[in-house]
Amino acid sequence: MQKNITDIQNSIIENFELFEDDMESILFYLMDLGKKLPAMSEQHKTEEYIVKGCQSKVWLFPSFADGKVIFEADSNTEITKGLVSLLVEIWSGQTPEDILNSELFFIDKIGMSRMIGSQRSNGFTSMIKQIKMYALAYKTSQ
Amino acid sequence: MAEINKIREQFPILHQKVNGKPLVYFDNAATTQKPLSVIEALNTYYSKDNANIHRAAHTLAARSTEMFEDTRKTIQTFINAREVEECIFTKGVTESINLVAQTWGRKYLQAGDEVIITSLEHHSNIVPWQMICEEKGAILKVIPINDAGELLMAEYDKLLSPKTKMVACVWVSNALGTINPVKEIIEKAHAVGAKVLLDGAQACSHLDVDVQALDCDFLAISSHKLYGPTGVGVLYGKRELLEAMPPYQGGGEMIKEVSFERTSYNEIPYKFEAGTPNIGDVIAFKYALDFVNELGKENIRNHENELLHYLVNGLLRLNETDVMSSGVETHQYASPQKTITLIGTAREKVSVQSFIIEGMHHFDVGMMLDARGIAVRTGHHCTQPLMNRLGLDGTVRASFSVYNTMEEVDVFLEAVKKIVTLTAKHIK
Repeated sequence: MQKNITDIQNSIIENFELFEDDMESILFYLMDLGKKLPAMSEQHKTEEYIVKGCQSKVWLFPSFADGKVIFEADSNTEITKGLVSLLVEIWSGQTPEDILNSELFFIDKIGMSRMIGSQRSNGFTSMIKQIKMYALAYKTSQ
Repeated sequence: MAEINKIREQFPILHQKVNGKPLVYFDNAATTQKPLSVIEALNTYYSKDNANIHRAAHTLAARSTEMFEDTRKTIQTFINAREVEECIFTKGVTESINLVAQTWGRKYLQAGDEVIITSLEHHSNIVPWQMICEEKGAILKVIPINDAGELLMAEYDKLLSPKTKMVACVWVSNALGTINPVKEIIEKAHAVGAKVLLDGAQACSHLDVDVQALDCDFLAISSHKLYGPTGVGVLYGKRELLEAMPPYQGGGEMIKEVSFERTSYNEIPYKFEAGTPNIGDVIAFKYALDFVNELGKENIRNHENELLHYLVNGLLRLNETDVMSSGVETHQYASPQKTITLIGTAREKVSVQSFIIEGMHHFDVGMMLDARGIAVRTGHHCTQPLMNRLGLDGTVRASFSVYNTMEEVDVFLEAVKKIVTLTAKHIK
């Protein structure tokens, strides 16, 4: 059973709290998270699925089954991949309605802006917008 | 030279912690930090002297005009220009180059003419020439480099011809640190009747500048890479060229007389300084030049070169020796001979070193260094054609200034060592 979006975010916040603002450990942790992200099929790594506005390359491939949106993702940089994995963890396997109605409160709580800088922050925002657009498309196609 | 701690005391920004660690600022090729004298000059100007320069009859205006023109005299001496009027204030190197491309280029370039640049150029010395070449039907040619990042001068000889009208060349590469043989480049360009513009953004803080000895036609200078404020640059140009060039922008200051029928233009340098300039920052720039003059370029250079050699040797040693001896488990990036690759190994260099770490993206390396309070630049350094030539999408670049120390290089090397060992455990 898929955990709900609020619970997943709360557990992410708890995990980050363990690092007590030690930036180096946080970056290592993000790399570890990236490593755990399920491998993305190479055939989906096309221009069409590159998230625009990211400084590093990020691919995001959506699919829709049994009323749930599934996301596959990858990045060419390890830290970004870790950040992407957080969004996949939260939103992959959720219904389009739940994705569209959700607010990402964990971003401020873990102090993400501090760890990624403003340029990556813009890329992260692009990624969130892209996910919500896919969810909207699936919702209207139902 | 003054003791390093005395120098560091003059830079308040250096005395802070970033991510809980003392700041190590190795991003000096992007911008240098500012000494107290510059910061105080800005404060004093806005507290006591602020007034618009030239033309007004009151005391504050006279005072600020005198200080503004004082900077012009200081920069004249700094670059050994024949006349003070040959120094035009701009907002930076980019504007200085655009000014020449849009005025000299518009007047003199014709269809079929050729402009030569190098593979090492920053975008700011590529795009302005592309724009004017496209407009005029002129052709842009590029001097290639070898793998070390040095210009292939024999290829330059082949590119030169009576069609060459301008050679626009970076003096020191921002991405690789290469010092180009500009004296030779200028002589050869002049031999075919071409003019030469030097992009001096990276050179002027490290190298002695004598525009008369070099005989360059134009030189673009940045204040903020020379311990001065952002938003100020200088264009040096030979008097006869500047006088023959049409104005860049129209407005106040650049005119002699205006009627609705026609306008006659002011003398140089004012012809090219339309509108109220960046008065406060220009005034403070003088204090940056004084700072450099007091320390002496040769002393600055010697100190920075020592840091560069120490860094390069340290990075190479990480490759040669067993960095795994600290008991870290072996991983696929453990091949010590391949771990770090230096990018830019020209024989003549300033204190800039680019490198890549195999298997790691430069952004990630930059983030890991930042976590330890170390500021470096990562990415393409506004030199995408150069990165393409080198087959890279970016590098990590450390660049030194007079206030950096050997101890900081040690901190940096320790951080890089940790990245090439521990980090690999955390990535696939």
